[in-house]
Amino acid sequence: MNSHYDGTMSALLEVRDLTIELPTERGWVRPVNGVSFELAEGETLGVVGESGSGKTMLALALMGLEPPGARRSGNALLRARGAASNNGNAAANLSGANDTIDLLAIPGREMRALRGRDIAMIFQEPMTALNPVMRIGAQIEEAIRVHEPKCSREEARRRAIDALARAAVPEPQLRASQYPHQLSGGLRQRALIAMALSAGPRLLIADEPTTALDVTVQKQILELLVRLQRELGLAMIFITHDLGVVAQVAQRVAVMYAGRIVEEGPTRDVLRAPRHPYTAGLLRAALRIERGTLHPIPGTVPALDALPPGCAFAPRCEWRRAECEAAVPELRAASPAHRARCVLVAAQTEAVGAHSGTP
Amino acid sequence: MAADIILDVRNLKKTYSAQAGIFAGAALGAGGPRAGAAVDGVSFEVARGETLGIVGESGCGKTTLARMLLRLIEPDEGAIEFRGENFLAARGGKLRALRRRIQMVFQDPAGSLNSRMRVESIVGEPLVIHEPHLAASQRRARVLEALGSVGLDAGALNRFPHEFSGGQRQRIGIARALILRPDVVVGDEPVSALDVSVGAQILELLIRLQSELNLTYIFISHTLPVVAQLATRVAVMRAGKFVEIGDAAKVLSHPENAYTQALLDAVPEIPA
Repeated sequence: MNSHYDGTMSALLEVRDLTIELPTERGWVRPVNGVSFELAEGETLGVVGESGSGKTMLALALMGLEPPGARRSGNALLRARGAASNNGNAAANLSGANDTIDLLAIPGREMRALRGRDIAMIFQEPMTALNPVMRIGAQIEEAIRVHEPKCSREEARRRAIDALARAAVPEPQLRASQYPHQLSGGLRQRALIAMALSAGPRLLIADEPTTALDVTVQKQILELLVRLQRELGLAMIFITHDLGVVAQVAQRVAVMYAGRIVEEGPTRDVLRAPRHPYTAGLLRAALRIERGTLHPIPGTVPALDALPPGCAFAPRCEWRRAECEAAVPELRAASPAHRARCVLVAAQTEAVGAHSGTP
Repeated sequence: MAADIILDVRNLKKTYSAQAGIFAGAALGAGGPRAGAAVDGVSFEVARGETLGIVGESGCGKTTLARMLLRLIEPDEGAIEFRGENFLAARGGKLRALRRRIQMVFQDPAGSLNSRMRVESIVGEPLVIHEPHLAASQRRARVLEALGSVGLDAGALNRFPHEFSGGQRQRIGIARALILRPDVVVGDEPVSALDVSVGAQILELLIRLQSELNLTYIFISHTLPVVAQLATRVAVMRAGKFVEIGDAAKVLSHPENAYTQALLDAVPEIPA
């Protein structure tokens, strides 16, 4: 709980009004549209959304890996290494811009130096993220030596094996000498985690890292990530479509729909008392181990080139009113830490989930 | 058994042989078929109108089992009695006649629909094979009927699969499976490639179609919550064998097998 961003700490990452535009045959579309959030050191933010919500594009933009031709605007301020982490420190405040690096403004060369060393990313399908014709150990050594050219081969090898051991890979020495196809899906994801953490990043972006895995393996990987995060004081952005997974890993959650954050707050509050009808719908649509509990959200996600003028969820929303279609609602505070992009937030004090189902 | 048994599967086995060759060793790593049987002596009965859910993790043999039920893969051993007839011995016209009674819905609607065919041809193709006497106008009427049952209209006929969302593509796959008016539909992970809210819509559609068309389902998935929505009976599969089979409510709430319990425990829960 004490790792919540509470406004007195300065954030490790502060994203302001991040917008990504992509060219299409029918003009520019915005897969990420005015996204703002803060992430404290050691904190995990869960980013939840369905396909096309913009959650993966958001992650790629923070890594400087958005598709060629994309236009981007806004800021993503990462606190520089060694900068004071407390606003109370007057000296740190005075030094101003030197304290932060804007991930959206720095040249590619600086971004490449930052990637892996300060921000690392793990992906859904470890097989596509690993080089199939290179031994596991060599791939991790490469990740280390790219950032530390002075590191000797022997030193890199030792650290690669340490990294595998830390990711709870059994027989790390043997595994380091093997190729990706010789590892199971769960071990591959562990190897990828080992590689991502090998250069000691402060921020880990995990994009659906357990979606391709079996449930029993997923459970182990989630436990591993939570443990490593605690041990290393990592901040994490955890992208998933699964609210159950978010409940396990994230202290705070941001729900995305059609490129925008529609709800944000402490995970417990958002899951127990959602304030946006889309979040409430996702919670009801989540499958439970019980027959006859299906509650799909009617309708479909709108195409990015055919968004309604107002709230993007309005066409599917059972609480829709005239003002929803007039303009995109602002994020409104439901409580100091909990915000939702819905006109209902001002009009009522109860969670939207409470209005449904029960007679 | 008083129930009307539509499918009776006895001691089904399938072993993939590890071929000698340059990749012989590689296949024994992860992912590839393991040495030993993929399906190792599976027996079960399915009554008309029920839904048997088969749940298991990757490599347990569930997809091989599903494909053997349609004879897309020939079993090494065992017997399949379908509608009282020996399915494995059926040949020629007899096999065709039985095959149209059992249809499959696949996991990935993008991969199982021919991307260069229009929806009318995709959904109507089974009719060309099984009911060649139909006139074009009759065939179109049947295609429209099948599309209508899954919530699509005539506007879909001339479009290509890529013009549809994932959920709509799966609806097209279901329409194709239903156009021959089968008795049994085998679903191999039909919602696992879909988003949560869309997957729930497809499950709801499958439940409605089952009661409207009196279908029997065999529903295969790697996740218990998906199986739990439809199944009247649940089988848990591990390493080619059923480790537990029984009434869905009982297996999902009071499993007898430790592996079933482990699967239940691993499902990430949303706190209430």
